[in-house]
Amino acid sequence: MITRKNLVHGIGLLIMAVLPLAAEAAGEPFLTTVASRVLIYALVAVSLDLILGFGAMVSFGHGAFFGIGAYVVGILTHHSYEATAIAFLPGDWTGTTAALIQWPMAMLVAGVFALIIGAMCLRTTGVYFIMITLAFAQMLYFFMTSLPTYGGQDGLNLWERSTLPFLDMYDDTQFYYVTCALLVAFMAFARRLVRSRFGMVLRGCKQNETRMAALGFPVYRYKLAAFVIAGMGAGLAGALAANHTEFVGPGLMHWTRSGEIMIMVILGGMGTIFGPVLGAATLLMMEETLSGFTEHWMVFLGPFLVFVVLFARRGLYGWLVGTEADDGG
Amino acid sequence: MTLVLFLEQTLNGLQQGVMLFLMAAGLTLVFGIMHMINLAHGSLYMVGAYVAASVTLASGNFALGVLAAMAAAGITGMVVELIAFRRLYDRDHLDQVLATFGVILTFNEATKIIWGPQALFLSTPEILSSTLELIPGAPYPAYRLFIIAIGLIVGLGLRHLILNTRLGMLIRAGATHREMVGAMGVNIDRLFTIVFGIGAMLAGLAGAMAGPMLAIEVGMGEKILILTFVVIIIGGIGSVRGALVGAILVGLVDTYGRAFLPFILRSLMEPSAADSIGAAVSSVAIYLLMAMVLMWRPRGLFQAYGD
Amino acid sequence: MAADPILEISGLTKHFGAVRAADDLTFSVERGQIHALIGPNGAGKSTAIGQLSGEIRPDGGRISFDGRDITHMPTYRRARKGLQRSYQITSLFPDFTAEDNVAMAIQAQQGHSFRFWTRARTDETLREPARAVLKRVGMEDKADLKVTELAHGEQRQLELAMTLANAPSMLLLDEPMAGMGRRETQGMMEILRPLKGEVTVLLVEHDMDVVFALADVISVLVKGSVLMTGTPDAVRDDAEVRRAYLGDD
Repeated sequence: MITRKNLVHGIGLLIMAVLPLAAEAAGEPFLTTVASRVLIYALVAVSLDLILGFGAMVSFGHGAFFGIGAYVVGILTHHSYEATAIAFLPGDWTGTTAALIQWPMAMLVAGVFALIIGAMCLRTTGVYFIMITLAFAQMLYFFMTSLPTYGGQDGLNLWERSTLPFLDMYDDTQFYYVTCALLVAFMAFARRLVRSRFGMVLRGCKQNETRMAALGFPVYRYKLAAFVIAGMGAGLAGALAANHTEFVGPGLMHWTRSGEIMIMVILGGMGTIFGPVLGAATLLMMEETLSGFTEHWMVFLGPFLVFVVLFARRGLYGWLVGTEADDGG
Repeated sequence: MTLVLFLEQTLNGLQQGVMLFLMAAGLTLVFGIMHMINLAHGSLYMVGAYVAASVTLASGNFALGVLAAMAAAGITGMVVELIAFRRLYDRDHLDQVLATFGVILTFNEATKIIWGPQALFLSTPEILSSTLELIPGAPYPAYRLFIIAIGLIVGLGLRHLILNTRLGMLIRAGATHREMVGAMGVNIDRLFTIVFGIGAMLAGLAGAMAGPMLAIEVGMGEKILILTFVVIIIGGIGSVRGALVGAILVGLVDTYGRAFLPFILRSLMEPSAADSIGAAVSSVAIYLLMAMVLMWRPRGLFQAYGD
Repeated sequence: MAADPILEISGLTKHFGAVRAADDLTFSVERGQIHALIGPNGAGKSTAIGQLSGEIRPDGGRISFDGRDITHMPTYRRARKGLQRSYQITSLFPDFTAEDNVAMAIQAQQGHSFRFWTRARTDETLREPARAVLKRVGMEDKADLKVTELAHGEQRQLELAMTLANAPSMLLLDEPMAGMGRRETQGMMEILRPLKGEVTVLLVEHDMDVVFALADVISVLVKGSVLMTGTPDAVRDDAEVRRAYLGDD
């Protein structure tokens, strides 16, 4: 059925599918690299929206899991390159550059951290939750900053991108399509998730957590599970980001990064699967354009954000799709 | 020797705690009364530091610099409150976080435009640049003692303000029974602006005091903001007493951690590993403290007046 | 009175600052009966419901349900044991349809919801019983309306439907008729009356006509403790109750 919503989704997916070809045809191949960056941030934004938009958990520390994912790739590659054993793991494994090991590990490690941090943070609610997620993310940031083993403040250069069978990750177009495929897969997963029983519980908690408990749901467990899933999504995005810039540093976990990811979600439309992608694209494009225009582009971005929050809360997706956006993914 | 070192570090911890208290008091008041989470509180600290440095360098008078900093931060705070923040009191915390995040970006960039990207440095004022031998055998910088004293004065002043004055009565009532205060014919909007101004002034004071001790640069506000969050989470959001206790706790734990943890670890492992792990762990000590407090009391050590 | 209490409350206390919302509150509810809790404003009726449902933690005392101490049991486990509550101020999921709301309640009782794949809105094991419950409260034709599109009385009915959805052994109804007109109240009574004997009900209600028409037993609460417990007739004729409560008008 052709509805406004399906039309928006269709056009969005089409743009994602043909972008490298269009960039090539337009003689601007670097756009493919820019677009890869957009998709990576879209992935982390969609993962945040699972808890922020669908579960009303205002996590201000999502950048931490993004950074963890990146560091997993960075550390594994570092040891593989130097052929040194990973000190904090048993045995004498010297890491790997194989994406099929690195990326799932990035998700796993991010998930474990999300489990520990979430278990503590979810004991609190409201403004406490915002501040404590922020504080834990900063804790990881400072930890990596002051840990000289992995570059401390200077971070780690990625000596080699992750390797995938049959694919060349150094080819910008191939890198783009790998990223795109992972993003679309995650979005499809997220869409199923929010419509499943689990997703209904999550959305119920968002609307009325007290009632959920009164109905017999152990809400803490469901929120924690969602927090872990979101953390894993961010970890995957982090693994891709490390490959994209061929560098990992504590800056990936800095709280302003978490703030930016949050802004992408709000700008695009909370509680939707497509919205965060739109938000990521818009914010990063604004950055690109404004920074070409003035060095002090943040002085425009700041008030713009205040304006969006005060007057345009529905987000771009709601504006494009209209009332259908309320369907919940 | 160790005892001297310990006492010295205790003073350092107190001094850091006092700075954090100046920040936390304003932030916690604004939250307690307006239910508003203000990320841009650190920006007011930065404004204070920059204005203090500029005025001191121009006039050669640090006291004048401090006063100017307080005035500038207070006025900036009230102007931002009037333009944007008062629209946010009834919004949810997510909106407040995002909008004040936008304000931070704006302030940081504006500061770069006005003062340039280079850090400013301010020397300790002449009279306070000496040392006092408070602990026998360990001369201690007078300026740091001065900060502790200022913190105590502000703490007592706030206590007096909240417990004994009409404004304080309104603040306490405003935290618990907002509608009632409005119904009593008090101009709530003005009360909020004043409270915001007080918080901003204290942040400006903290920024000015910090000036001679660290590089005055863009981003300094966010560093202390996160620490301030840790403080008020530990103390209990909305409680000024909690802010004081939390600030001192965080100041001491952070200072002790940095001073003694590598030291202790050295007796357990080889020195180079001890130093690097010690540095990493001590940098996160206060967050571990926060986690432990929240395990025990998810809403902090002290309850706010209302809530 | 046959002594088969399903709920026993003894020595429950709860202070909010200087206010004693529960002061050595002691009473029990017989299985299968409709037991009403009445009393002047501020007597602690809602606090009592909150403590029984687990949303308010008592300072002291003991609550046992079905022979088991539940004083420190979290809300969700009480609900799973068959103790369901409704709210005085309608507490629903506003973005969901009426059927979604009831399906949510049914989902709560069907074991865990760690099911990430199958679409919940087309899952007949949730939807079919949800529609049946809506029918029971006379709302089958409103199933697809969003909560925000329902009239106040319909929202109250939905509130009740959600507590009924899980075949609970006991209902805690906090002013089910709040804000309802006469006709809506009559409708609600028609829904509640057949429950007698099947489900135990603890009913907090301001509308005395409703209380006297429905209740088997009435407890009168004053300042956080029980002034007296008895049949509707006994309560109506009690001088002390009149003084403390009915005569207050």
